Amino acid sequence: MKSLLKTTVAAFALATLGTAANAADVKACFVYVGPVGDFGWTYQHDQGRLAVEEKFGDKVETAYLESVPEGPDAERAIERFAREGCNVIFTTSFGYMNPTIKVAKKFPDVKFEHATGYKTADNVATYNSKFHQGRYIIGQIAAKQSKTGTAGYIASFPIPEVVAGINAFLLGAQSVNPDFKVKVVWVNTWFDPGKEADAAKALIDQGADIITQHTDSTAPLQVAQERGVHGFGQASDMINFAKDAQYTAIIDDWAPYYIERVQEVLDGNWHTHSSWEGLAEGHVVMAPYTNLPADVVEMAQATEAKIKDGWEPFTGPITKQDGSVAAEDGVRLDDGAILGMNWYVQGIDDKLPE
Amino acid sequence: MRLELVKRKEHSQAMALLSPLIAVTLTALSAAIIFSITGHNPLVGLYKFFIEPLTQQWSLEATIDKATPLILIGCGLAVCYLSNNWNIGAEGQFVVGALFGSVLPVLFPSFENAATLPLMLLFGAIGGALWALIPALLKTRFNTNEILTSLMLVYVAGLLLDYLVRGPWRDPGGYNFPESRIFSDAATLPEVFGGMMSLAAPITIAIAVILAVVLAKTLKGFEIRVMGESPRAGSFAGFSAKGLTLFSFALAGALAGLAGTMEVSGALNQLLPSISPGYGFTAIIVAFLGRLNPIGIIIAGFVLALSYIGGEGVQSAMGVSNEIASVIQGLLLFFVLACDTLILYRIRMVTKRSTSAEASHV
Amino acid sequence: MFEAVLLTVITAATPLLIAAVGELVVERSGVLNLGVEGMMIMGAVIGFAVANQTGSGSLGVIAAIAAGMAMSALFAVLVLFLVANQVATGLALTILGIGLSGMIGEAFIGVPGLDLPQLYIPVLSELPFFGPVFFQQDALVYLSFVLVAVVAYGLFRTRIGLVLRAVGDNHGSAHALGYSVVRVRFAAILFGGACAGLAGAYLSLAYTPQWVENMTAGRGWIALALVVFASWLPLRVVIGAYLFGAVSVLNLHAQALEFDIPSQLLSSLPYLATILVLVLISANRRLTLVNTPACLGKPFVPDR
Repeated sequence: MKSLLKTTVAAFALATLGTAANAADVKACFVYVGPVGDFGWTYQHDQGRLAVEEKFGDKVETAYLESVPEGPDAERAIERFAREGCNVIFTTSFGYMNPTIKVAKKFPDVKFEHATGYKTADNVATYNSKFHQGRYIIGQIAAKQSKTGTAGYIASFPIPEVVAGINAFLLGAQSVNPDFKVKVVWVNTWFDPGKEADAAKALIDQGADIITQHTDSTAPLQVAQERGVHGFGQASDMINFAKDAQYTAIIDDWAPYYIERVQEVLDGNWHTHSSWEGLAEGHVVMAPYTNLPADVVEMAQATEAKIKDGWEPFTGPITKQDGSVAAEDGVRLDDGAILGMNWYVQGIDDKLPE
Repeated sequence: MRLELVKRKEHSQAMALLSPLIAVTLTALSAAIIFSITGHNPLVGLYKFFIEPLTQQWSLEATIDKATPLILIGCGLAVCYLSNNWNIGAEGQFVVGALFGSVLPVLFPSFENAATLPLMLLFGAIGGALWALIPALLKTRFNTNEILTSLMLVYVAGLLLDYLVRGPWRDPGGYNFPESRIFSDAATLPEVFGGMMSLAAPITIAIAVILAVVLAKTLKGFEIRVMGESPRAGSFAGFSAKGLTLFSFALAGALAGLAGTMEVSGALNQLLPSISPGYGFTAIIVAFLGRLNPIGIIIAGFVLALSYIGGEGVQSAMGVSNEIASVIQGLLLFFVLACDTLILYRIRMVTKRSTSAEASHV
Repeated sequence: MFEAVLLTVITAATPLLIAAVGELVVERSGVLNLGVEGMMIMGAVIGFAVANQTGSGSLGVIAAIAAGMAMSALFAVLVLFLVANQVATGLALTILGIGLSGMIGEAFIGVPGLDLPQLYIPVLSELPFFGPVFFQQDALVYLSFVLVAVVAYGLFRTRIGLVLRAVGDNHGSAHALGYSVVRVRFAAILFGGACAGLAGAYLSLAYTPQWVENMTAGRGWIALALVVFASWLPLRVVIGAYLFGAVSVLNLHAQALEFDIPSQLLSSLPYLATILVLVLISANRRLTLVNTPACLGKPFVPDR
């Protein structure tokens, strides 16, 4: 018995030493809000982590914690990473903002990167992507392709990013068909395949023949496929779930950003910043345009190119739902106005939930 | 031949101590098998899961911090369950308590003085108790099944919080993001020791100890136990079943509400659309693992918290998925529940002949 | 338009109906299994995995039923043979099921589901009698109604049903009369597990044909509520399931039609409605006392 105990202890010691021994130059750690298997938001972040591993090989070690609830669990998860020798920690949910700032104060030598938030510090950077650029393009496609002149929009929560997405979609659609309509359904969840499917069905039943979503599951596209209407993928390319229904998808590609920032940590020239990039930098990627006539593909590609050249979809004239002017002709909204957007543009068939 | 349970004349003291050990051993063995199957070193996995969290001050504090709300809610639930009141809506009572407790820092942020925190805690307890009294009153007044009403109110409470945080209580300076303003220092429960836990932990332990004494030594404790074991005997003794239903629900709600307020005040510092990763449900398991005894609940809460912290440890160090951690947690619960049987019953083997003989006897 | 809404309601209601009917039988036998969510999610993942590997939807459905039964057997062993607390064991079953399903499902994330033509019953779906609403339904929808009919008939018109109810109402007397309480309850729990597994398969094979973690999203809990909502009567489970399905679907329609109500209030309506109905039925003492299994949740060990 005693000798068994001894070998066990020895094995523990060996095992713990073993994990500590293969030290890489940099350890990059990720905190996820959902399971890596959501095939949406968290899945895409994890694809970014895998890209980092592939790019740097033995030089960089990565670790992640998934399904970490916002709140004290997040703070503990971040602190654990800081204590376990992570050099840079990516926290990938808006709700991780205050825990990230709190832990960052305790560990001034560790770099922190918080996605979608607005608080920075000397060792805390923020990053997000201009998804609304992609939404402008799919709005144009929707207006070209819709026979009923109505699109259904499945929305999660009325936060600025989602509102800006709805507005960009309608602005794109109006640039093709000024009378285009969009119906919005709020499902109050980021992820519930059944509820998202029901919402898609409700919207189709009310005359929408284009479905788009700001929720994470593939269910709405599957419904579109089943009902013979069309839609757009969200976060990842969902063509496998809707071969005939998907026109394109707005892909979150975090890999370029993660690789760039880990490289900077390796080189010792990491600095805090607020990154908010889009199509031009490859942080937002349009999936291949499919199931579309050639002229529509051309239009979409032209708009994509224009945006990559620096054109901003939120450029006036933009009229708010209440009739007041949001931007004069030719004036572009500044970043703050887009990031804090809490008003609809004229033409949306919905009242913004308060 | 088959196995059969035979009730012991009295609780087996030896088994009361042994059964948790057997359960942990079985869990460790299963965990080792799971680690091996999924291609991880089982010894490292076991070490990271069960032992490492206990070796460092910060992780020890983190474990206690995680256990705190579970213990406080579990203690209240124990009183309900001992008296045969099936409150499974502590999650909602936690949330509504947190809402009541946040009235001062959210709506009157300039009210900052020594009375702020005590008043918040009081409001929180009241809020949780009021929410818990809804199913209790429905039960005493209409004989409505409290398991279901208390569960339904969990969802309603969650949606209420969601509405307030996205609407009227939204931080005016928060760019429309769904969160309340951050609490002032006067409304923040102070941190203790190394900073991984707040004053909530010592408060909780104190309440659990007081409750243990009340249950074991006072008339109220006697009433609760008698009414749970034999309502008829209790009513002969002059105890009121309805009164006890209201009392136990109110107490459980108050403790859950207190836990909710301490969580938002000590850990979150603000209201968010979701403030609990299922504490109210996990606490039900904690209450039973602790055998409905406050001291047992302290231990059970700590063990369960350890399984969370350890689960995170194996995830981050070995790249094991979160699911493996929750499978191990589920197994631990099963083994503990199964082994607890040995305290009340002993297992004996019955041969076919003796069964048929006994059957004819009946 | 009405027809279209009804079609959506049917798909939303079917998994709730199947799981709730199973749990109803379990509770009628005097056992409360709170692990419906855990059994359902296991059914969903196993059903999807087997259908995907074999290319056969029917095999997937059968495997899902088996998975639900296996989970429920675990529960049964604990609460019947080891007399563990039912509430705690049920909750533990849910935790285990969610974890285990995530582990098993890892390989199937991002894999599209099959088209399942074999799930359609050609003869039935061509019958004009059922009206257009029933033309496009898959076999599991019909099966859910068959299930309700069988359970309703079985519970109240057969000896097996009588014994089951006797065991749930007074296990002491049932035992004294020579019925094996444990055996009856074991069978009831297995039936409940089979139904939960089937409901899970409906989600991952018919409702939204894919596997994603946590895809049951709380439907097992709603099924539990439905049983009480129905005051343990099978036919009322149908009403309840369709009411629940209707409220959640109408919620979405109401928004698209621009009713100005906070969405949280709409979302909470099904739960408030359940509480209201619970109060209404239980205020009627005669109804409750007749139908509530008196031994619900109480452990049984024969004294010797």
